[in-house]
Amino acid sequence: MLSRTAENLYWLARYVERAEYLARTIDATLRVTALPAAYIGKTNEWDSALLTAGVAASFYQTYEEANEHNVVDYLSFSADNPSSIRNCIEAARLNSRSVRTALTSEMWDTINSAWIELQAVWSKGTSTREDLAKFLRFVQETSLRFDGSAYRTMLRNDAYWFSRMGVHLERADNTARILDVKYHVLLPEEEHVGGPLDFYQWSSILRSVSALTAYHWVYRETLKPWLIADLLILNDTLPRSLASCYGNLVRNLDQIGVAYGRQGPAQRHARGIRNRLEHSNMNDIFQHGVHEFIQEFIADNSRLGEIITKQYLI
Amino acid sequence: MAIAFDEMNIPGGDLRPAYQELARWLKETPPEALEYRRQEAELLFRRIGITFAVYGEAESTERLIPFDVIPRIMSGKEWALLEKGLKQRVRALNMFLRDIYHGRDILRAEVVPDDLIFQNPVFRPEMNGQQVPHDVYVHIAGIDIVRVDAEDFIVLEDNARTPSGVSYMLENREIMMRLFPDLFARHKVAPVERYPDELLAALRSVAPQSASGEPTVALLTPGVYNSAYYEHSFLADKLGIELVEGRDLIVKNNEVFMRTTEGLKRVDVIYRRVDDDFLDPLTFRPDSVLGVPGLMSAYAAGNITLANAVGTGIADDKAIYSYMPDIVKFYLGEEPILKNVQTWRCREPKDLAYVLDNLGELVVKEVHGSGGYGMLIGPAATKATIEAFREKLKREPEGFIAQPTLALSTCPTCTASGLAPRHVDLRPFVLTGSKRTTIVPGGLTRVALKEGSLVVNSSQGGGTKDTWILDE
Repeated sequence: MLSRTAENLYWLARYVERAEYLARTIDATLRVTALPAAYIGKTNEWDSALLTAGVAASFYQTYEEANEHNVVDYLSFSADNPSSIRNCIEAARLNSRSVRTALTSEMWDTINSAWIELQAVWSKGTSTREDLAKFLRFVQETSLRFDGSAYRTMLRNDAYWFSRMGVHLERADNTARILDVKYHVLLPEEEHVGGPLDFYQWSSILRSVSALTAYHWVYRETLKPWLIADLLILNDTLPRSLASCYGNLVRNLDQIGVAYGRQGPAQRHARGIRNRLEHSNMNDIFQHGVHEFIQEFIADNSRLGEIITKQYLI
Repeated sequence: MAIAFDEMNIPGGDLRPAYQELARWLKETPPEALEYRRQEAELLFRRIGITFAVYGEAESTERLIPFDVIPRIMSGKEWALLEKGLKQRVRALNMFLRDIYHGRDILRAEVVPDDLIFQNPVFRPEMNGQQVPHDVYVHIAGIDIVRVDAEDFIVLEDNARTPSGVSYMLENREIMMRLFPDLFARHKVAPVERYPDELLAALRSVAPQSASGEPTVALLTPGVYNSAYYEHSFLADKLGIELVEGRDLIVKNNEVFMRTTEGLKRVDVIYRRVDDDFLDPLTFRPDSVLGVPGLMSAYAAGNITLANAVGTGIADDKAIYSYMPDIVKFYLGEEPILKNVQTWRCREPKDLAYVLDNLGELVVKEVHGSGGYGMLIGPAATKATIEAFREKLKREPEGFIAQPTLALSTCPTCTASGLAPRHVDLRPFVLTGSKRTTIVPGGLTRVALKEGSLVVNSSQGGGTKDTWILDE
């Protein structure tokens, strides 16, 4: 396969995944901010939404205040924010156009139709909560359709594996960022864990990765920060956990290694990260510091992105 | 201007035989149903992304070419004649190109004047004496045909560089079959879907000798912002070949490779949809980023086949066009089956004088123009435009040719006020490989949607129709 094609497929998958993640983040934030102040305390949820999206610095170059209107606008519709939902979908469509030959018609149809539909939203904006909710749902559904059509229609060859790699790398990054920011924001409250305040804060984390129900199935307990961290970091039955993402990344890279008859630094690096996740437990992680652990993970994960690029995509 | 030939109706009320079934069907089908299908077709085109970009507008502007749901129908007999004429013409085009870049018999015989070749900006001296595999220069030709009466097809233009539009021929058929299965059931329409197979076979057949047994073919596109990008990706997909951009290719030791996830892979045949000027910055325009540095030396070394060959522009130049009947006679010793439009060469003083005297009745075209840009349609032009053209013609007569305004045939077409006749042309696609020349039965029918308009180009608001050749 052309290196450029692989690169486009990989980024296409990342953009679609990122758009969905942003939609989830906004959705979860809206829920929390809709609660009476007594339940959520003084933290600014919109600030933490910006932090998890990794765009706080650029946001404050344009806006004064992180309120609902500004943040929703910046994360969803802003043409200036390179990772706004709008730009993700635009970039996904541009990538799709340049690799149409590598996409199945179902995948192209999903992206192209979404792009057509969303252009109307860009021009009108969303004036009501209802519009916004509809928009966020649409973005999530687009990602579901895209994923589903890839899963159902693509040949299981390098094109598929490169695009799955994009999904898992991006997803690992998103999950890690959510955890990091929330732990950071919530840390001072740690001694009061168990109050209604924390309950809604923590449930918003789980919601943003759509794992609230999963949590109850796995732990059959009230929400506890270390269990939430355990679920999102180490539990490989949860598709968005770091462990699960890395199980998949290693598998995808191995499939490519076998198809091409050659392993390389990407395979080794991914395996290294997976092994570390496999051999960790929450005690060690807490001892080491959750924040430090996640920061290292984020760096390692983006390093894998660089290695993949060097080995296959250029 | 004469009354246009109507493809469907014989004057006096009778129907031409090929259209009888369609007419019956139209009578049974309520106009709302047609309108509904038209909207459905538009939606399909947009969703599939069958668009073209319009230059000079914002980059994101992707337009649909309007699609008319009423097919244009031709009898098998008419097609057989047309096919024969097209093959003859393309054979002559290829012989002409081979001659121009080698022996130049035709210049010595003074059939075509020297300066038309040597002072022509699309003539490529780099191709002098260069051997091209199997002597095929024009692998893919799009010949624009118009019809003015029941007997005659007339060639309006030979497109021998990178003719486009074939994706519309194929997609129009797909969409028609989806929307009007009942109409197909009532006709025997010759299929066009073999085109990609024929194209791939033709391209593989012209691989250079140094290619391995299974030659690797790739389609070279300028990229997503090119107006015909949809077509490029569509064809690459149908052919099952890589769609490459210049940056995907690299030349090493005079061989061409593409960058893949498994390392470099040799390419043997490039179906290029990039113009000569942009192919290789080392040979042509140094500022081009679309091309591949060193491609021309790989070409000269005989390690890559370019389809169409470099330098084919000299054969479809409008100045050469007027000599085509002589070119056919010169190489084949046959009478041309397809006629030319009468053409005045403004470079010749006698012709220029005539043109200047009759500007109001003529169509004046730039010799090197394309896409309907920069032309004067006398009968439809304002006085001021005509005067502006008069000045241009006097300043640079060699840059123009003139033709009578033809009464292009008309075909019933959906309009806001119901079915109405609109002018059409036809672009069939002729494929030449090492052994044979083939044409799938059909082509792209373009239709001028504005009442009375003769301009069918998509860039000028023309539309397209499915073209049916009846299998009798």
